[in-house]
Amino acid sequence: MIKLLKKSSFEIFFKNLQTQGKTIYAPKNNGKKIEFSKIDNFADIVFDYIKSNQSTKEIVFPRYHKVFRYTKQADDTVVLQDFSADSVPETVVIGQRPCDAVGILALKAIFETDIADKPFTARFNKTSFITISCTKSDENCFCTSSGLNPGSTEGSDILLTPIENGDYYAEILTEKGTKILEANASLFEDSPEIDKNKYLAKVEVRFDNKIIHEKLNTIFDHETWVEQSLQCIGCGACAYVCPACACFDILDEDNGRSGFRYKCWDSCGFGNFTIHTSGHNPREVQSQRWRQRIYHKFSYMPKREHVFGCVGCGRCTDVCPVNMNIMEHLQTINAL
Amino acid sequence: MEVFEPKIVAFVCNWCTYAGADLTGTSRIKYATNVKIIRFPCTGRIDFMLLMKALSNGADGIIVSGCHPNDCHYTSGNFHARRRWMMFRGVASYLGIDLRRITFSWVSAAEGAKWAEVVNKATDEITKLGPNEAYVKTAKKFQSMDN
Amino acid sequence: MEELRNRAKQLLEAKTVDVVIGYGETLNNKIKAVFIRKPEDAVKLVYDERCTQNLGVYLTKHEVKHFGKPAIVASVSTMRTVLQLCSEKQVKDDGVLVLGVTLEGKFLEFPTFKTVETFMEKGVQPIPAKDLELMAKIETMSLDERWAFWQEELQKCTKCYACRASCPMCYCNRCMVDYNQPQWISVPSTEIGNLEWHLMRAMHLAGRCVNCGECGRACPQEIPIHLLTFKASEEAQNQFGAVAGLSSTMPSTLSSWKPNDKENFIQ
Repeated sequence: MIKLLKKSSFEIFFKNLQTQGKTIYAPKNNGKKIEFSKIDNFADIVFDYIKSNQSTKEIVFPRYHKVFRYTKQADDTVVLQDFSADSVPETVVIGQRPCDAVGILALKAIFETDIADKPFTARFNKTSFITISCTKSDENCFCTSSGLNPGSTEGSDILLTPIENGDYYAEILTEKGTKILEANASLFEDSPEIDKNKYLAKVEVRFDNKIIHEKLNTIFDHETWVEQSLQCIGCGACAYVCPACACFDILDEDNGRSGFRYKCWDSCGFGNFTIHTSGHNPREVQSQRWRQRIYHKFSYMPKREHVFGCVGCGRCTDVCPVNMNIMEHLQTINAL
Repeated sequence: MEVFEPKIVAFVCNWCTYAGADLTGTSRIKYATNVKIIRFPCTGRIDFMLLMKALSNGADGIIVSGCHPNDCHYTSGNFHARRRWMMFRGVASYLGIDLRRITFSWVSAAEGAKWAEVVNKATDEITKLGPNEAYVKTAKKFQSMDN
Repeated sequence: MEELRNRAKQLLEAKTVDVVIGYGETLNNKIKAVFIRKPEDAVKLVYDERCTQNLGVYLTKHEVKHFGKPAIVASVSTMRTVLQLCSEKQVKDDGVLVLGVTLEGKFLEFPTFKTVETFMEKGVQPIPAKDLELMAKIETMSLDERWAFWQEELQKCTKCYACRASCPMCYCNRCMVDYNQPQWISVPSTEIGNLEWHLMRAMHLAGRCVNCGECGRACPQEIPIHLLTFKASEEAQNQFGAVAGLSSTMPSTLSSWKPNDKENFIQ
């Protein structure tokens, strides 16, 4: 469904969502970086930005979150308190980029293959994504090489594309989106079908992720993995900003008679990620870890979950302390 | 109003302060009961992370005590410890950790009276400072996560 | 720059060294570390004001050690790194050929670590004015303000460990945070865990930090964590007269002691 959201209506829209009891996340300037934060005042939202430092995955897949809590009673019986979806608020994300929205779909594919991950599903189901298309891109963006574009609709409930006068061309895409529309019907005006492409950022196509997917079938032992990863220092910066990285660790916090089990982010780039109890580490050196990162995103995920694990946001390149440029490496692989 | 009784954890070495504290008892010297003593082989073994763990688990104050310089059972453990604490105080206070809550002392096996004095002084000081609220609040945020 | 390229080429041709660790350009005009092993690749080397990374971090990296004897393009802080690594027995004496760049940008080759030590007597790299300013500001804060300042900064930390990974002195095969029996520091980014981690990092680098500031540059959240290790360096200098990275034989500051270490807080 196509609608028009006037610039002047946005604040009312925001306030409506607040009165409807939604927790709202939107990009905010934290003094140094643009980050998605809980927003109480409309004025705090930053609209003029290219991409946030962290992706929005944190909203559906927090840095750490509880799986269950246990308490041993005086009579030594144990009370288990499982994760409850009730603890998750109804949430609306405003202003994420189309690549972030697709990133969350990649997470969904991982967390809902075979057995659905309860906390993830609860958070995903209770969150509506109002995405804003990109009118600007930066040098590290490569969504068009990842099969997407600055106005991709996948993963969004409502996609807003900024058009003339700061108004938004609104595409209502899902049931969740329709619900939001119905609750705020007076703010969304009728709009003619327009070609939104002319408003979108132009992002050059540098490689084809399908070719990379094919290539990876044959180059597992290629020397390029060592060559590319020589400069990698093995931190987790790329994984933690990646909208599609889903590695996690499961740990227990035990306080004697009570405690809890929780999940937290982890990264395949860390040296100890694969270490066995025996002390053997199947991915002993960084080149193997770097290869794993690329294979997981471009080979294993498409095969198993039918989605790519890279959406082309380029955040890993933005934050890499040693200026590894994923686009450069993928272009190299593409050309092998 | 309920009187605030500070919880103080004392990390002491086996050879001097622990024996000194024993002497305090056998000498029938009365002193504040707020202190919980943890015995270590040597002050050189007391890692600063133990102090951090004590604070995050609700200690209002800490005492670290061992042999006087040159009296170490292992010759130099307390010298190592001294350097470590000199460094720790600089970095910890830079991060905003209140050093008034952490007392360092040398108490020998013969100084039962000094131990009582050290504990009483620390107890008074920390009673004045009140509970270590800011720190514990920060520590409990993780523990109390509800989802 | 030509001088550097030519020298690198010579060294590789003569097989004096097996690899030259230096700076090269990425496709988007950024600087990355390059590992030159063939004389003809020496043209890839660049050096300009964009070259800020402390390449010393690669000297202890498994794959790089595997290449054989390295030469390293070294700013003053990287030279200090080499000396400090040698004093900690992580590189062999004269096991690295230092292709130094002085503070004025002049190339200077150091055949031995002794010559690097002599060069260091002329003075080390200054702490950037911006950092000095912030350090001075933190010093004047009250205890509560300092606590609030660091809590605000550290809550941004995601525990990606870019600080640890980028630090040439953090070469431990297994870091204390990776031990889980006992679990000293919480694995995820928690309020208390972040404080403990950064305190621990500063303590473990105390007297070893060469003030290159790489951790602060590496931080994806731009937390000024390098100030913590700068502070530790300051303490080491003021209290023990120890400055890291000036000598290849200096004993480790916190694993050594003097009978007359002067403190004023032990009762």
